[in-house]
Amino acid sequence: MLSRVASSIYWMARYIERAENLARFVDVAINVSLDHTTAQQWEPLVQATGDEEVFLDKYQAYTSENVRQFLTFDTEYASSILSCLTAARENARTVREAISSESWETLNDYYLFLTQAAKRPISAANSDLYTEIKKQSHLFSGIFDSTMTRDKGWYFANIGRFLERADKTSRILDVKYFTLLPHISDIGTTVDDLLWSAVLRSVSGFEMFRKRYHTLTIERIIDFLVLDSRFPRSIAYCLRTAAGSLSKVGGPENPADNTAHLLADALLKKLTNATDRTIIDGGFHEFIDSLQVDLNDLDAAIGETYFAKRVQKSRRMQMQTQTQSLG
Amino acid sequence: MMKKLSFTNYDTEEFFDELITEKGTPRQGAERLIERINSLSDDELLLRQREIEAALLRMGITFTVYGDEAGTEKIFPFDLIPRIVQASDWQHVEAGLKQRISALNKFLNDIYHDQEIVKAGIIPREMLEKAKSFRPQCIGLDPPGGVWCHITGTDLVRHSDGAIYVLEDNLRCPSGVSYVLQNRLVMKRSFPHVFADSGVRPVVNYSTKLLETMLSVAPPDVDDPTVVVLTPGIYNSAYYEHSFLAQQMGVELVQGDDLVVEDDRVFMLTTDGLEQVDVIYRRIDDDFMDPECFRKDSMLGVPGLMRAYRKGNVTLCNAPGTGVADDKVIYAYVPEMIRYYLEEEPILPNVPTYVCQREEDRKYVLSHLDELVVKAANEAGGYGMLIGPHSTKEEQQTFARLIEEDPRNYIAQPTLALSRVPTIVDDHFEGRHVDLRPYVLCGKSIWVLPGGLTRVALKKGSLVVNSSQGGGSKDTWVIANNPTDAVDFESTI
Repeated sequence: MLSRVASSIYWMARYIERAENLARFVDVAINVSLDHTTAQQWEPLVQATGDEEVFLDKYQAYTSENVRQFLTFDTEYASSILSCLTAARENARTVREAISSESWETLNDYYLFLTQAAKRPISAANSDLYTEIKKQSHLFSGIFDSTMTRDKGWYFANIGRFLERADKTSRILDVKYFTLLPHISDIGTTVDDLLWSAVLRSVSGFEMFRKRYHTLTIERIIDFLVLDSRFPRSIAYCLRTAAGSLSKVGGPENPADNTAHLLADALLKKLTNATDRTIIDGGFHEFIDSLQVDLNDLDAAIGETYFAKRVQKSRRMQMQTQTQSLG
Repeated sequence: MMKKLSFTNYDTEEFFDELITEKGTPRQGAERLIERINSLSDDELLLRQREIEAALLRMGITFTVYGDEAGTEKIFPFDLIPRIVQASDWQHVEAGLKQRISALNKFLNDIYHDQEIVKAGIIPREMLEKAKSFRPQCIGLDPPGGVWCHITGTDLVRHSDGAIYVLEDNLRCPSGVSYVLQNRLVMKRSFPHVFADSGVRPVVNYSTKLLETMLSVAPPDVDDPTVVVLTPGIYNSAYYEHSFLAQQMGVELVQGDDLVVEDDRVFMLTTDGLEQVDVIYRRIDDDFMDPECFRKDSMLGVPGLMRAYRKGNVTLCNAPGTGVADDKVIYAYVPEMIRYYLEEEPILPNVPTYVCQREEDRKYVLSHLDELVVKAANEAGGYGMLIGPHSTKEEQQTFARLIEEDPRNYIAQPTLALSRVPTIVDDHFEGRHVDLRPYVLCGKSIWVLPGGLTRVALKKGSLVVNSSQGGGSKDTWVIANNPTDAVDFESTI
């Protein structure tokens, strides 16, 4: 597979997953703010993105509408849902011949739907919109999975999808842990059902959690969202799936040269050896921080091992000048 | 309610209409279509038109509007009413195109070798060497199988005399064939039964034929040749087509920086390292193909590509240098080429062409600017053109000056009354002028796609069908002579 194509498919999948996760976060915030009018829902959402400065450059206050606008439709913000989807579609457009027509059309439809939604006032961006975004994303995944041969294209997409998901689950946990659990003494007690169940809901994990455990404790939530081997949005599950796909895409002949594989293996081992107690004792925030560094390193290693080339923007003018005599 | 989308009051005026005779009856082959249109209510017809537009947008069958930073994409306007080509007309067109391509291919091989046609005094040397797209770098090249122009999209027009003329040969990177295939796909959803009943010939096997053509011209010693499509990239107006053709052929779509040349062989950069490429369907102009050989500032090309080509390690389709035949002065000599190389009379006539370099022609052109169409020899896309009857005195004066300054760069032709096809205009039909671009593939043999791109000038009275200037397209139905030619294997996929 062409390196450029592999890279575009990987990024296409990452951006689609990123858009979906943002929609999940916003949707849960909307729901919580309906139940809990006093809770400070909107600022932590921007904190989870790590882009508070970008937000404050443009908006005065963390109001519901400002944050929804910023995270959903702001095309000047490179990580808004609309920006992510535009990037996903642009990547898909460069590899249309490498993905199934059905996948492309679904993504294109999704994009057209979102550009239409962006024309309505932000007050119309309610739970229905975010539910629809999640649905469109699931539709894409389903169609992609059921129309693509399991060859390198699909595996690269899967790597992108699961690395992104691992990253987003870790971010939401980190921010919520910090904002919802200001006192270390809270550990071991039954925590605020409403707010922590919102975290679980944001990753569609509430019902699955309940099936496994009954009452909510921090240890169980960490166990479920970080270490569970069967829940498809837990960090460990995502990393194991991404590593599995990574092992299918070939690469350098000498395994010692494949830094992507080496890093993925090390990261998996780290998670296998961890328990909820060791994570809490070592500092949850520190654990997530180092995990995110590892994820970034892994992304960079995949880039170097498989995609080591970039399309330059300055070539755009020349692309346009080529005679395609349809006139 | 009165049906407005009907042919009862349709006026063909003084033009040749491709669907309706001057008596108001359907032409042969159009009967079932007209019947079907008459049986549908206006609302239903307009709904189908809108559904097709929505489908084209959803499929992302769009072209990029240049000069727009946001990279706005538009669908190429599409009109529901197809253009029909009768079997007898098509037989004539097909034979004429095969003859023409055969002569052009011999011409290209000749001018880059011994230039017999110049020595024989048929084409003056200066006419040839002053063609901007004549490439001295290609002299002495021997493309595999002696094929230079693998893919051609010839523009044909019909005049009010009913005859079909060749307007342009497009031997560089003719585009539009993806619209032919997609227009057919969406039309089949709208009028499923009429296709079978009218005996419309299928177009779906174009990509198979294209791949066969590429494989047939691979370097001779390669067992299982690797074919790729080389695109300038997503900001090119025809990017959709490049990716569509690559997908339909099941080959890689590459950009210049996906390829490298090592030891005079071309490789693509893959996740597993380098993989050799044998045939390149390039949709990049000669100028940009290889900075070592042509424009040094090209960022789209592949350094060393021409070295590999010269060594015979890779085939380029079309061969570099073919663009010389798109020069409108060279075009004027195609009938002579046919006589010279094939010793036959041309089947399809050229539009009569005045070559301004010839003094007699120039005098005539300068005194008839208000009647003629003047074209710059090297322009395409409807640019650099004067349409005499629609022009102002100032425009005519500007062109008179241009012609006198550089006569080699201009030709002129009588203004043709292009044929028309009924087209939906708001809530009724009006005739709009069309041309026709059939696609010709030349490998071991020459094959003409039974169909083509019908471009339509959507503005009332306009003769300019180019998409950049308000043109749209229609499906083109070539009617089978013999019912088995229309076996509808399109519906089986």
